Amino acid sequence: MTIDWNAFTPWPATVGGVVLGAAVALLVLANGRVAGISGIVGGLLKPRGGDIGWRLAFIAGLLLSPLVYSGFAGVPRITIDASFPIMILAGLVVGIGVRYGGGCTSGHGVCGISRLSPRSVVATVAFIATGFATVYVLRHLMS
Amino acid sequence: MALITAFVAGLVFGLGLIVAGMANPEKILNFLDLAGNWDPSLLFVMVGAIAVGMVAFAVAARRASSVLGLPMQLPTTRTIDARLVGGSLLFGIGWGLAGFCPGPAIVAFGAGYAKAGAFIAAMLVGMAVVDLVERARARG
Repeated sequence: MTIDWNAFTPWPATVGGVVLGAAVALLVLANGRVAGISGIVGGLLKPRGGDIGWRLAFIAGLLLSPLVYSGFAGVPRITIDASFPIMILAGLVVGIGVRYGGGCTSGHGVCGISRLSPRSVVATVAFIATGFATVYVLRHLMS
Repeated sequence: MALITAFVAGLVFGLGLIVAGMANPEKILNFLDLAGNWDPSLLFVMVGAIAVGMVAFAVAARRASSVLGLPMQLPTTRTIDARLVGGSLLFGIGWGLAGFCPGPAIVAFGAGYAKAGAFIAAMLVGMAVVDLVERARARG
């Protein structure tokens, strides 16, 4: 392992993390809800009355964030190397995984760990482990 | 009012992801590439977010209702089972394939990337498939 010092951005990462944490704080303190994105999106598939509006409002905020960001700091850098078929496969696997696992990077990785939930610690270790393994296979064994 | 705070929370969440570079799959994959040129940035995002999150959830846990008077709905499940572990292992595979998890995919879709839209559509299908399977199972 070598650290890519050119790509490594500790300050923006920490500041961005704090901003993200502020959003998590706002949603739980104002709305009483956990900012787990897969849960917020997934809740729309089993709609219950009075439980839809806040989900759509949160997702609208996410969707508009790149536009707001470019108003201040230029177009966000987003590079997607994977092909369409890989994106579709990945989306399917993520959808199935988060539904069984009960959360994703935000719900388990940020909110769950913040709550010191053992469940979320286990989930986070599990998905980071297979994330490492998958990229290892793709980048170092298959290419 | 609750719609406004939810919208602002989504917006700020997205801005945090963008500032942190986490809306960019390239950067996620460079974090997951331990054996290559490793970019540890994601760890710093987690530390920053969790530091704030811990304070927020410590306050939230002591309240029955939110500041807006809504019920405090914190997860109560405590079981660590095959569903949790298996699902999370699977999620990590998808995460490693694309460099996307749900939040960043929605942000990238908002930035106009069609591939992020394809990821989200497939993710919704994946979630719906689980619901169908579980419903069929419940019926026996």
